[in-house]
Amino acid sequence: MANSFTCNIVSAEASIFSGTVEQVIASGMMGDLGILPGHAPLLTELQPGPVRVIFDDGKEENFFVSGGFMEVQPDVVTILADAASRASDLNEAAAEEARQQALKAFNEKSSELDYTRAAAELAEAVAQLRTIQQLRKKAGKG
Amino acid sequence: MAAAKEIRTQIGSIKNTQKITSAMEMVAASKMRKAQERMKASQPYAKQIRNVVSHLADANPEYKHDYMVERNEVKRVGYIVVSTDRGLCGGLNHNLFKAVVKDAKAWHQEGAGLDFCALGAKASGFFRNYGGNLVAAKSGLGEAPSVEGLIGSIKVMLEAYDEGNIDRLYVVHNEFINTMTQKPVVRQLLPLSTDIGEDAEQDDENARPGSWDYLYEPDAKALLDSLMIRFIESQVYQAVVENVACEQAARMIAMKSATDNAGNLIDDLEMVYNKARQAAITQEISEIVGGAAAV
Repeated sequence: MANSFTCNIVSAEASIFSGTVEQVIASGMMGDLGILPGHAPLLTELQPGPVRVIFDDGKEENFFVSGGFMEVQPDVVTILADAASRASDLNEAAAEEARQQALKAFNEKSSELDYTRAAAELAEAVAQLRTIQQLRKKAGKG
Repeated sequence: MAAAKEIRTQIGSIKNTQKITSAMEMVAASKMRKAQERMKASQPYAKQIRNVVSHLADANPEYKHDYMVERNEVKRVGYIVVSTDRGLCGGLNHNLFKAVVKDAKAWHQEGAGLDFCALGAKASGFFRNYGGNLVAAKSGLGEAPSVEGLIGSIKVMLEAYDEGNIDRLYVVHNEFINTMTQKPVVRQLLPLSTDIGEDAEQDDENARPGSWDYLYEPDAKALLDSLMIRFIESQVYQAVVENVACEQAARMIAMKSATDNAGNLIDDLEMVYNKARQAAITQEISEIVGGAAAV
């Protein structure tokens, strides 16, 4: 009990992972964080990137989250993953789109909207790439 | 025999319709099962985020988020109306709109303005006729709605709340009670009702003795701000997913009764058809007998 804790990873659309682990590594807003048992209560926003959980038998599993929150309690770590990729610009664009639909103005989408969407997709692709690279590195070592 | 032939074509066409409705019933049944699973899958997130928000609110009593403060005067009310994209699901949407109109009328009498956000094609269609002030709309969410598709519409409503254009926000959707029963509900989203904290505490009273303060990254205020938005989004998403399950259940029931009705109609028509056939045969025989007697 002393050297393991429960980790839950949930997104709005599904429960992704739940189990007893020894360590969780995630990329927080201010850099990567490794959570070991007995960590002080912490609440942080997550950046898009990999979340690594290490089990007590040394095995590990990788997940990709496109942002979200991590809540650390003495015996439970909860990761609230975003199901959707979000950049603030993209949110703005989505809101604008909903307004436009309300006005029934189905004109051609502005190039700006396409641009922000592409930018957000790019950011996510880079983050996904990072996850894959980390996985590769692990595979090379092991 | 002309009447008999007509009846026979009628029976044929009803049989074809029956085939379609019974196929739709089966499709709806399988989709309903999936929708129910999706409904269950979204519950852990909603529960966890509810816990985190209530913890955060408890730990920081000095910072009251705007979404948690009851406003003294209600000048405008916003509704997020969750409907289906397609019809043929009985009175599901109709009952829902009736509930919205009833609630909206009560506010209207108190002198409050009304803003609507329509999710689903049926709601946009309804408000086009009803004449409400539609500020946002989204349709074509499909059977597996994504949070991503909802962000825009929710943001419009939250911005309106932030700017003070609306002082209260409701979400209206169908509640899935069981396959046979769906009930329209009008639920208050903003300001958050105070029981949110109590609910969560009851769940985990044993697991979390006492309260503590977190370390925050970046800081409590910013975190609470973005958590609140996620919380509202997850609430709306849940409403949408539940409504999809309701839609499929209602369609299944509607199609089942349509199939049954078609069966009854066919039985009745077959009776009429047989009677007409018999009458024609009797007439023919009596004509032959009459003819033979004359000779």
